[in-house]
Amino acid sequence: MKKKGNKRMAHLAITGGVAIVTLMMVIPFIWMVSASFKTEADVMKIPIDWIPGYFYPDNYLKVLSIGTASSTNYHFPLAYWNSVKVAVISTLTAVISASMAGYAFAKLKFKGSNVLFILYLAQLMVPSQLTLIPRFVVFSGLGMTNSHWSLILPKIVAVSSIFMLRQAFLSVPDELREAAKIDGAGEYRTFFKVMMPLAKPTIAATATVQFLEVWNSYLDPLVFISNWRKWTIPLALNQFVGAEVTQYNLTMAACCMAVLPVFAIFLLGQKFFMKGLTVGAVKG
Amino acid sequence: MRTKKTKSREAGQRIRRDNLIAYSFLLPSLTGVVLFSMIPLVISLYVSLTDWNFTRGVGNWAFVGLENFKSLWQDQWFVASMKNTLIFSVVTVPVGLLLALVLAVLIDGYCHRKVAGVVRVAMYMPHICNIVAISVVWMALYSKYGPFTQLMRILGWKDPPRFLASYEWALPAIILVVIWASLGYRIFVYSAAIAGLPRDLYESADMDGASGVQKFFYITIPLLKPTTFFLTITGIISSFKVFGYTNVMTEGGPGTSTYTLVYYIYTSSFKYYRMGYGSAIAVILFLMLLSVTIVQWIHNSRAEKG
Repeated sequence: MKKKGNKRMAHLAITGGVAIVTLMMVIPFIWMVSASFKTEADVMKIPIDWIPGYFYPDNYLKVLSIGTASSTNYHFPLAYWNSVKVAVISTLTAVISASMAGYAFAKLKFKGSNVLFILYLAQLMVPSQLTLIPRFVVFSGLGMTNSHWSLILPKIVAVSSIFMLRQAFLSVPDELREAAKIDGAGEYRTFFKVMMPLAKPTIAATATVQFLEVWNSYLDPLVFISNWRKWTIPLALNQFVGAEVTQYNLTMAACCMAVLPVFAIFLLGQKFFMKGLTVGAVKG
Repeated sequence: MRTKKTKSREAGQRIRRDNLIAYSFLLPSLTGVVLFSMIPLVISLYVSLTDWNFTRGVGNWAFVGLENFKSLWQDQWFVASMKNTLIFSVVTVPVGLLLALVLAVLIDGYCHRKVAGVVRVAMYMPHICNIVAISVVWMALYSKYGPFTQLMRILGWKDPPRFLASYEWALPAIILVVIWASLGYRIFVYSAAIAGLPRDLYESADMDGASGVQKFFYITIPLLKPTTFFLTITGIISSFKVFGYTNVMTEGGPGTSTYTLVYYIYTSSFKYYRMGYGSAIAVILFLMLLSVTIVQWIHNSRAEKG
């Protein structure tokens, strides 16, 4: 009896400890949100008012209106739009291209499939930092620097997604494919109408992973996009911080807006997202 | 005889058609692999052997052989970048993994399932955030009157430095952010692995009267070896690629104190347009990553055999 009591105490104590560590982990975010609703004078006040004494949501309006009125070279609403545009189109591109390739490797018999599979595997070894310079040279040769195409087009290769989707298509029984064929469906029709719907959970997982990756991408846009009208959120945010460095209430409001869609997508697609991660992780 | 011939011709046509269809499925990704990965790889390797400056235009390569690779080691910026990158790996990987392992075991073993779920999601948040946003938040926390600096004062550090502006403290400050940002991901991976461990081992250990600490050291750690190995490899790879945090928070400074390899690739190639020199650094980074991956391959193929 006594031992059981001790065990419960231990569980409670450890849960308490874990809760404290968790709080420490998320405190930067809590501070960010709290500071974004404060006036400049209140931001660095000690002790910290976690719930702002004077609630000041105007920061958000200010951030959104900067650049629309003055001659500053950044524009938050525009960057927002650019980010959404690039992320959505890139994700669609990546998912469609990766599903097609994953399907081909999983279900279609063709000459050279082994060689190509190895080529795709080898592609995983080539870091994007190494190809950055040639890509920049090629894009500027094609006049595509300062165009969102330079961010979207490379997404037709999403090799890790290809492998995930290949795995998903492998687990679909061949009978379904044959049945569709007997009904007279061609390979494309079978793929879009029968196979893709069956792989929906994995497609959702890869889509979530891809979206977050593109939304947060920083080095590529930094190198390829110099025109501020084409900037995505990370670039605008970086520039904004450089200009308004000490106005932490404004920069925190900008940060909140930058991470909000990501948190929303993460919480909504959490199930899929975690699946996308474990596919890569548990295998290792 | 005739029917046989037509049959084989038909079969040949079908195979050709099947090949064509398969390749049409691969066309987008294959174009991408060739265009954005394989050709750039070849160009990179060649450019790294030149003294090419982007402003001279494509074609004026100025081939110099291995000159870049020799002069790199006399370049204090490069040596500092290499040193800092290695420090990043050597510190963030073991510290981050140890913290993650202990927390994952505690969360899974002692917390109520619902609490564990909330805790894991909360800790995961930094991993999905924009690096720029994270850096900006931490710049505020680290600033002269920022909460982190104030906390240090309260804890008894009389005269805390301005962390990101100090030669000694800038790198440790960024390392702390990197560990913080990746902790949730690592906990998540460990948790997934712990969920798959065989329960009966723990039960028989319980019957033998083993304590929680003993079970941790004699059962959990050995069984989680493959996961630890996976996280070590991915951790080393991502720490070799550190860029965003240093670019936003310190721009490599003060001095060379937070220069990293990718940051130096970026500045030499896109600020000074010394593409040959930048490519040489990128090739060295590539070789470092490649050797890590080869270690992983050898390890995995051995694990599969025995």
